[in-house]
Amino acid sequence: MRLLPAAFAAACALAVVSPSWAAEPPRAADLEAELVCPVCETTLDQSNAPVAERMKLFIRERIAAGDTEQGIKDALVREFGEGVLATPPKSGFGLLAWLLPLGGLAAGAVVVALLVLAWSRRRSTPDEPEPPLDPELERRVDEELARFES
Amino acid sequence: MARRARLVAQGVAVGLVALLFLLLVWTLVTEEGGDLAESAARGDLPQAPDFTLERLDEQGELTLSSLRGQGVVLNVWASWCIPCKEEAPVLEQVWRDNRNRGLVVVGLDAKDFRRDARRFARRFDLSFPLVYDGPGDTLAGYGVTGFPETFVLDREGRVVEAFVGGVDSDEDRARLRAAVDRALET
Repeated sequence: MRLLPAAFAAACALAVVSPSWAAEPPRAADLEAELVCPVCETTLDQSNAPVAERMKLFIRERIAAGDTEQGIKDALVREFGEGVLATPPKSGFGLLAWLLPLGGLAAGAVVVALLVLAWSRRRSTPDEPEPPLDPELERRVDEELARFES
Repeated sequence: MARRARLVAQGVAVGLVALLFLLLVWTLVTEEGGDLAESAARGDLPQAPDFTLERLDEQGELTLSSLRGQGVVLNVWASWCIPCKEEAPVLEQVWRDNRNRGLVVVGLDAKDFRRDARRFARRFDLSFPLVYDGPGDTLAGYGVTGFPETFVLDREGRVVEAFVGGVDSDEDRARLRAAVDRALET
């Protein structure tokens, strides 16, 4: 019984020293959803084109050989180019694809803020006094109102 | 201030529209696409787009324009393509029959694994130059929509004949031989 804490501590130490032991191998299904068939341009899990089937086999072979998810993706990029990735890489030119929508959102927010500011300022300016009514018209309105109230 | 904000908003909107317009123009200007097969069938003799690609059969690269002065049969193929297997022996024979007349057969393997392509070449005993375009970037310029496609280029790099699909029937083979003769005449 006294050995249990020691065994637990040893297991924890091993996990810290060798984090790769704890890492699970990549799943073929996950990779197939993140990689694109170069012929039909849908993700591999949606394609049964011959080249897509060949790529699926390649992924399973590399998983069985102990390769990592990134290693498998890199190998496929070396063969088919970056177009094989369903999402662009978060580095180099591919980073633009991630940053541009954020930049667009920020620019849109600035435009909306400027418009709201302009609109609220216009609303806060005091209303100009209305021009006086024609005396004759005012007299007739008063008469009509008096008749209506009586 | 309101006027200034409106001007800024209008400026941003006009800028965005101008940017989109420039993108459209750039796309149209840089697009190399075109149906070379159709153009060749009309007898227009369109110029084949140049490329420089990694070689599969040996080290280094091959530039199409470096073959100027020779006739070229450019065959677009992939190891997973079934009609490509049927026409591979035909192309090898065309190469062996005409290489001394100034013809080069170039196999352009695209959207394929290098290892599979080399295995294919060994299986069919292909001895002509092979180049590799994994992403298939050169295909759009040739208007390639499927595998295989074959283009016969004259000594000036102009497309005299194009085959969409495999060169596997007797009729196709006769057409290919005639196209090679035409290409070498120039």
